Amino acid sequence: MNTQPTELIKETLTRHDEISPGVFVIGFARQHDFTPGQAIKLGIDEINAPRIYSICSGNQDEELCVLYNIKEDGFLTPRLSKLKVGDSVFASAPYGTFLGTDEPAWWIATGTGIAPFRSMLHSGLGQHAMLVHGVRHLNQFYFEDELRGDLGKNYHRCCSAESAEGIHYGRVTAFLEAQNGFSKDWKYYICGQATMAVETRDLLISKGIPFGNIITEIYF
Amino acid sequence: MTSEKVPLFGKTLSELQELVAEYKLPRFTAKQIADWLYKKDISSIDEMSNLSKKARELLNANHTFGLIDPTETKVSTDGTKKYLFPTETGKFIETAMIPFKDRKTVCVSSQVGCKMGCLFCMTGKQGFQGQLTAGEIVNQIRNIPEHEEVTNIVYMGMGEPFDNLDEVLKSVEVLTSEWGFAMSPRRITVSSIGIIPGLIRFLNECEAHLAISLHTPFHEERQQLMPVQIAYPLDQIIEHIKEWDFSGQRRVSFEYIVFGGLNDTPEHVKTLIKMLRGIKCRVNLIRFHPIPGTPLQGTDEETLQEFKDALNKKGILTTIRASRGLDIYAACGLLSTKALVNN
Repeated sequence: MNTQPTELIKETLTRHDEISPGVFVIGFARQHDFTPGQAIKLGIDEINAPRIYSICSGNQDEELCVLYNIKEDGFLTPRLSKLKVGDSVFASAPYGTFLGTDEPAWWIATGTGIAPFRSMLHSGLGQHAMLVHGVRHLNQFYFEDELRGDLGKNYHRCCSAESAEGIHYGRVTAFLEAQNGFSKDWKYYICGQATMAVETRDLLISKGIPFGNIITEIYF
Repeated sequence: MTSEKVPLFGKTLSELQELVAEYKLPRFTAKQIADWLYKKDISSIDEMSNLSKKARELLNANHTFGLIDPTETKVSTDGTKKYLFPTETGKFIETAMIPFKDRKTVCVSSQVGCKMGCLFCMTGKQGFQGQLTAGEIVNQIRNIPEHEEVTNIVYMGMGEPFDNLDEVLKSVEVLTSEWGFAMSPRRITVSSIGIIPGLIRFLNECEAHLAISLHTPFHEERQQLMPVQIAYPLDQIIEHIKEWDFSGQRRVSFEYIVFGGLNDTPEHVKTLIKMLRGIKCRVNLIRFHPIPGTPLQGTDEETLQEFKDALNKKGILTTIRASRGLDIYAACGLLSTKALVNN
């Protein structure tokens, strides 16, 4: 298993879909084995710095895909969003140690932090997983149809700015705060932006979860 | 605090040259402005008396001088001071001034909050609220009462410097250039958790000392303490550092907060020695200062001494950093403006 990024290799895009306003799944033919939860470095050329994106496809899929949203003030994503199928990107081999297992686990994500958990599910993991996805707007529940199909009642959606039936109104932390009976032996995977990740980790620790069972991936 | 005018303070000479070219002012005006900004004790554009009236009018119309006063000062019983500065965007940062013997060290912030989420750090608990400009970083040194007595600067306050590297590098340029404050880069230490692209660029483009937050040599343990380990593993950071020559005046040090029953064992010492072999470096052991809700605890003094002695015996220069400013929450890992985030 590769834990470190390798050099960037030129890849030809086989997929580039806008799945929600400003949010894209981009993919190319999979050249490497990987463990679900891992990430790649992705860039538009060999000169400008690549950025790290979690893989959102399964480890048996023919394509390797990542999920990204456009950062208006960023360098990479506005350029990336203009690429078409057949264009080139530069990507590292998969790496990293945010690794999914088949152990009982809570998967907690905000926004595009859903990507590694979708990869885990597509790779056959998740039989013993509870997934919580927090977003601001209802159209940000990426992959919700398939996640609902795969996880059923173990898939919880939280939306902080809009309400709808079957969706918890409020932030992920408020949803978790209201839950009882977190097992100290389960693993707790957190993926998303810093504030949510830190608040969620603190909340779990305050509920008695050993910090050794909390695996946090922060998007920075 | 929000202003549409752009602050001049913090601009590099080349930025000032671009600015005066844009205003069709003589090229030498840039150097004159730099002198006023960084070498003279003034705080307004009107005081730049050797600039033409037209130049001053143009600057006043589009710029502020850019100094920001601290709004609060706390003083520790050990003499350490903690300053609260507002930022241009209406947020707040903290700066520590630490006097020790004949030295006065300023610990500056590089971001409002931090994205890195280290388990032991108070700043991380407030999340990330924004980047500081080079001017806001240098302002933390220039605009404290002790600014003329400052001997050392450490980028160890709020934020991760390599996550705001453009502005950090510009601030070091302002501090070390002849046209700026003309400090030696050997009096400046930039501390990072090891964002590798930033590390490489910093080592290439900057002469200041480097400090790396290490805290444990074991991957899984470091990942629990510092989520960045997933993206930028320590062994890879060390590999990059080994490519650089630190046998001259430039120094690399490793910061190691010692947690009781976690990273203070002989196994940690042994692995640390193996990991740092071949690097001319220093290890700074830091006492852990507990923060609310933390599952971590500090180690005892005896273990701390043994840890230090064991490393020193194996030829790794190791010191225990004195905890300063604890009573005003200015000590390592305690800076935070979380309470002011929503104001």
